[in-house]
Amino acid sequence: MGSGASLVLRNSQPARAGDVPVLDVAAFTAEVQGRVEAGGRVVALFGHPLGADSARLVAVLGDDHAGVMALTATDVRGSYPALTPRCPQAHRFECEVAEQCGVEPVGHPWLKPVRGVEPSAGAPFFEVTGDEVHEVAVGPVHAGIIEPGHFRFQCHGETVMHLEIALGYQHRGVERALVGGPSKRTIHYVETLAGDTSVGHATAHCQAVEALAGCRVPARAEVLRGVALELERLANHTGDLGALAGDVGYLPTASYCGRIRGDFLNMTALLCGSRFGRGMVRPGGVGFDADPTRAAELLARLEKAVVDVGEAAQLLWDEPSVQARFEEVGALLPETCEALGLVGVAARASALPRDVRDAFPSGIFRFAHIPVSTWHTGDVFARAYVRWLEIQRSAAFVRERLTVLPDGAVRVPVGPLAADGMVVSLVEGWRGEICHVARTDGEGRFAHYKVVDPSFHNWMGLAMALRDQQISDFPLCNKSFNLSYCGHDL
Amino acid sequence: MLKALRARVHQGRRTIRYPDATPGLSDRFRGLPELDPSRCGPKCAECIDACPTGAIVKRDGQLRLDLGRCLFCADCVNACPEGAIGYGSEYRMAARAREDLVIGGDPFRLVAALDEKTRRLFGRSLKLRQVSAGGCNGCEADVSVLNTVVFDLGRFGIQFVASPRHADGLLVTGPVTENMRVALRKTYDAVPAPKLVIAVGACAISGGPFVDHPEVHNGADAVVPVDLYVPGCPPHPLTILDALLRLLGRIEERAGS
Repeated sequence: MGSGASLVLRNSQPARAGDVPVLDVAAFTAEVQGRVEAGGRVVALFGHPLGADSARLVAVLGDDHAGVMALTATDVRGSYPALTPRCPQAHRFECEVAEQCGVEPVGHPWLKPVRGVEPSAGAPFFEVTGDEVHEVAVGPVHAGIIEPGHFRFQCHGETVMHLEIALGYQHRGVERALVGGPSKRTIHYVETLAGDTSVGHATAHCQAVEALAGCRVPARAEVLRGVALELERLANHTGDLGALAGDVGYLPTASYCGRIRGDFLNMTALLCGSRFGRGMVRPGGVGFDADPTRAAELLARLEKAVVDVGEAAQLLWDEPSVQARFEEVGALLPETCEALGLVGVAARASALPRDVRDAFPSGIFRFAHIPVSTWHTGDVFARAYVRWLEIQRSAAFVRERLTVLPDGAVRVPVGPLAADGMVVSLVEGWRGEICHVARTDGEGRFAHYKVVDPSFHNWMGLAMALRDQQISDFPLCNKSFNLSYCGHDL
Repeated sequence: MLKALRARVHQGRRTIRYPDATPGLSDRFRGLPELDPSRCGPKCAECIDACPTGAIVKRDGQLRLDLGRCLFCADCVNACPEGAIGYGSEYRMAARAREDLVIGGDPFRLVAALDEKTRRLFGRSLKLRQVSAGGCNGCEADVSVLNTVVFDLGRFGIQFVASPRHADGLLVTGPVTENMRVALRKTYDAVPAPKLVIAVGACAISGGPFVDHPEVHNGADAVVPVDLYVPGCPPHPLTILDALLRLLGRIEERAGS
């Protein structure tokens, strides 16, 4: 398959690790750049240390049109010519490789640690100098109830010329701890990679494990996973609309959505006992079934919540003072999104039709399609409006799926994982594309486990969206992306 | 304007009447674990082996479960062949002392109110600064939800403030990563004394799923003294609210009474 320079795989299609071609560095670079220039995306790019200063680099390049991913690899020692100058979406990935494997991407324009927070990590902030230029530093501890991160603004008056986002405060060593698994902690690590995306990450992980074990998940479980995933999206998108309203001081929608978000979380709790879907998705299926009474109760609650959120959202679109604050703020051009490799709501708000459920469907999404929601203005309004479009489509999906739940088991046993296997699993979480790459050793244990949260792609988008904006618009822009810190820091 | 008014009428009043009335929780809600050691086989250790965080131990032949480590994940329940372990519907389960979170021995000691002097200071007005130190945004989200109209934390005089200088205490979530250790300590130092620290969630109490990772410090009390522990992964908002109100002496009666 493929050109011989890559192994071409579908979402969650198992392969032998040895089938990924290992090219020389020049051929690897050419392959990555060729596919990206042909419209591909860097889904993942990571290093697996081979020694003190050498590593195997693996690139996963997504083709949204064909619905396949191309995997290619190379072994580097000490240094290699950076991909970033010609392929900006490799930027953060190459920083991560340098930090984790000790190999240097030569010619990288902005090589900084991804998770090292000490000043001794040797990473001065980019500085703008000149008369009337000033710097604003915020974090890691913020004013609200949110996760820690550091934001460094270079401003001229109120205008932001440059924003640098320094993360890593949430680093808990999860990827490292996943190696050697599956263990009894594995699923709990996965559910807390980004705790507001427990269903999304758990589904990505389970798909990977099931592919490597050759396990077929029962249809009923696939549907219930889809329902839980869309409930997660409904809750978070609703919460985000409320938070955006709050950030522009429009309290009606802020109050209503704050409550309705909880209604969706409580629907997830009705399914599995946890508002965040903990315990719902398990290897081989789901941990909890929905009997007819429960499904009926879910449907009844869904109808009420959908009416309520519809009304709350409509207030936003009808209110000129809200629109004045949403429109033309924090706008990203489609070209910028494309160059940076953005995913999820942020990409779709800039007219890029990127959605794993559509391009790389897995589970129930192979049979029940959810139309891709896009908008074209790329601003705060677009990111809010795409959420509203998705709320409607997710609600329709849940309504339809719960009415025609297939019969049968909800969980089957999962056997041992294939030895020396490799799999790439994608799920469209509420923030965007979640990617888990698992490689097993000779005993079928994880030799490498790579997690790419959508936030890893998108933080750079937020930084770019702030350019030439008022610094006072930062909270609003930040909320319109609502990215994960722990999902990035791992 | 008319639309906004119509919406206001339709959306209604949604604040729960807690603590005067308790809203119903999911029948699958996993609350305070219930142990029945009489059913335990003499050599059985299935639940101990199944627990991802080592929350269950056998001491003097008796089962003990540490709520501070528990992820409320039901792995033990599924592993137990005898039904000796299960989750109840009790959501009130915070404690003032770390050792009080270990259940299976003496009756569970729920949060005791602050002493009279501190209560007079904070009882009617408590300002907290939240610090996430490696939290996964689960605990953060269910703390944040207390500010919605549903729980309306403000009516109890409890408020989250933007600066530690304006705060009476910290509410810490997350296992305290090495990368947040200094920031947490500095934030604590910036709070004027007397001050409280509230650890919310398994991570902030014990490290949670990340316990013993070299990247984390196994909870807030490795860095700052903790006055209140709220177990859960994440705790239900009502668990957190109940803990705060009991700490301030706003709810006096014992659990189950």
